[in-house]
Amino acid sequence: MSAVTAAVARQAASPLGAREATALLLYRNFLAYRRAWYIFLTGFLEPVFYLFSIGVGVGQLVTGFEVDGRTIEYAAFVAPGMLAASAMNGTILDATFNFFFKLKYNKLFDQMLATPLTTMDIARGELSWSLLRGGIYSAGFLVVMLLMGLVSSWWAVLVVPAALLIGLAFGGVCMALTTFMRSWQDFELVTLATLPMFLFSATFFPVTAFPTWLRWVVECTPLYRGVVLCRELTTGTVSWASAVSVVYLVVMGVAGLLVVRRRLDRLLLT
Amino acid sequence: MTATDSMIWAQGLRKGFGDVEAVRGIDVDVRRGEAFGFLGPNGAGKSSTMRMVAAVSPISGGELRILGLDPAVDGPEIRARIGVCPQEDTLDTELTVRENLFVYGRYFGLPRKEVRARVDELLEFVQLTEKAGSMVEDLSGGMKRRLTIARSLINRPEVLLLDEPTTGLDPQARHVVWDRLFRLKQQGVTLVLTTHYMDEAEQLTDRLVVMDKGLIVAEGSPLDLIAEHSTREVAELRFGVAQEGDTHEVVARQVEDLADRVEVLPDRLLLYSHDGEETVAKVHERGLEPVATLVRRSTLEDVFLRLTGRTLVD
Repeated sequence: MSAVTAAVARQAASPLGAREATALLLYRNFLAYRRAWYIFLTGFLEPVFYLFSIGVGVGQLVTGFEVDGRTIEYAAFVAPGMLAASAMNGTILDATFNFFFKLKYNKLFDQMLATPLTTMDIARGELSWSLLRGGIYSAGFLVVMLLMGLVSSWWAVLVVPAALLIGLAFGGVCMALTTFMRSWQDFELVTLATLPMFLFSATFFPVTAFPTWLRWVVECTPLYRGVVLCRELTTGTVSWASAVSVVYLVVMGVAGLLVVRRRLDRLLLT
Repeated sequence: MTATDSMIWAQGLRKGFGDVEAVRGIDVDVRRGEAFGFLGPNGAGKSSTMRMVAAVSPISGGELRILGLDPAVDGPEIRARIGVCPQEDTLDTELTVRENLFVYGRYFGLPRKEVRARVDELLEFVQLTEKAGSMVEDLSGGMKRRLTIARSLINRPEVLLLDEPTTGLDPQARHVVWDRLFRLKQQGVTLVLTTHYMDEAEQLTDRLVVMDKGLIVAEGSPLDLIAEHSTREVAELRFGVAQEGDTHEVVARQVEDLADRVEVLPDRLLLYSHDGEETVAKVHERGLEPVATLVRRSTLEDVFLRLTGRTLVD
């Protein structure tokens, strides 16, 4: 009974710092996923399959594209697009369905708010986890690209941080949208937005194939910014214009994070 | 009265949700080491009060101090020092029993080694050591509740908040939970609990407030409240199926002079008096033949009935 005798003694509990709190939420999610590691596998394999079927298969019928005045083979064109898409897809899995489950069904955040953790800790921790998942997929994909000789620049080492930025942007916005979802069906809307992005964001062919007005639209979408950023890194065509993509993705992610925090306040601290 | 020497101190505390006022101005003062209860039916404002005290629900009016701190300013500090056992289990269903306690303890900023030691001790305390490796979903309702209680003790709280701690449990599981809570009380942990079970309130609390429709309608120890608002004994009389309308109403008028007070419930009459057996005998003398009679001590249920005209559990 010593535990309980001590229950009246002074305790050492105290609110956590931001970094510590984030690390703890990552740890909690790691524990929960440890038993279901195989679901990570499908998310990783999806873009790999696309790379083989379209990049390599269809690629035999395509001569390749010009990127920054240099012609690169088709697979090397498609691969960074798949890498960016895998960061997006990996992130969205946790930022939508899993976040919704924790928020509405598992009551996980209600539990956390009975401790010194704050809604900001939760928003930050969950976003970190989802972008990390996207980052892990992308890192794995980068290894595949290396093995296939599809990387032509040392800049490529920065493609993993770039993938984390894509995760930040999509994670932040998707988590924010998820706080407004009423049922599982509402998530079809997310698919409705991400599928065309996946297909048309210069992933499989350059935007020059579009009429000018449509090209402008595509260039404003977040996945396009991620795809060109990754392609610039893996083909070594980095320029100041790449910074535009970086700023775009950071702003999107931070805006999402702030909305998530506000929404959690409204939903949970009633 | 000051806020500093109270564990929980509220004055004119209010909580509104849109047009609905769940708590309509209550004064509360809970002292260190006390077992304090909020007794009332569903919808009385007990849970809303508890959520405000747990520093997860902003107050709508009045003043509230927990451990002398303002929840609007010091939420995380307050939550670091209290334990919360919510009405609905919020266990982490994706983790094992042990992981639930370990991760939760870590949320309080406690070092790994310390948490590990506390987890072992608490598992022992709530008799779940053998279930340490099980997933939460595989536990019975009573076990989940005990795990939730263990979890709420991981930070060695100065105040333990329990919202309806045994609602939904079978009688045996309830007694196990009561036993654990009683031990905590004996160790001097300040307990604050809500309940709509009068036996729970009588067993566990030193002092309680009776809540109804967002207001406190009475305050005192269980015994004082009974002495003040009810008689020593109650005779419960049940008469046959109504032949012509309100049989119980009719009988009530015939016996109202035999007791201090008569209450008519849908299925029975309650006659409040000092000596229940004597009252029953007098009823028989009048030639009335109840189908069933029961003489018992007054309980908080009777206090509530007296104060609000309604029963606690309906």
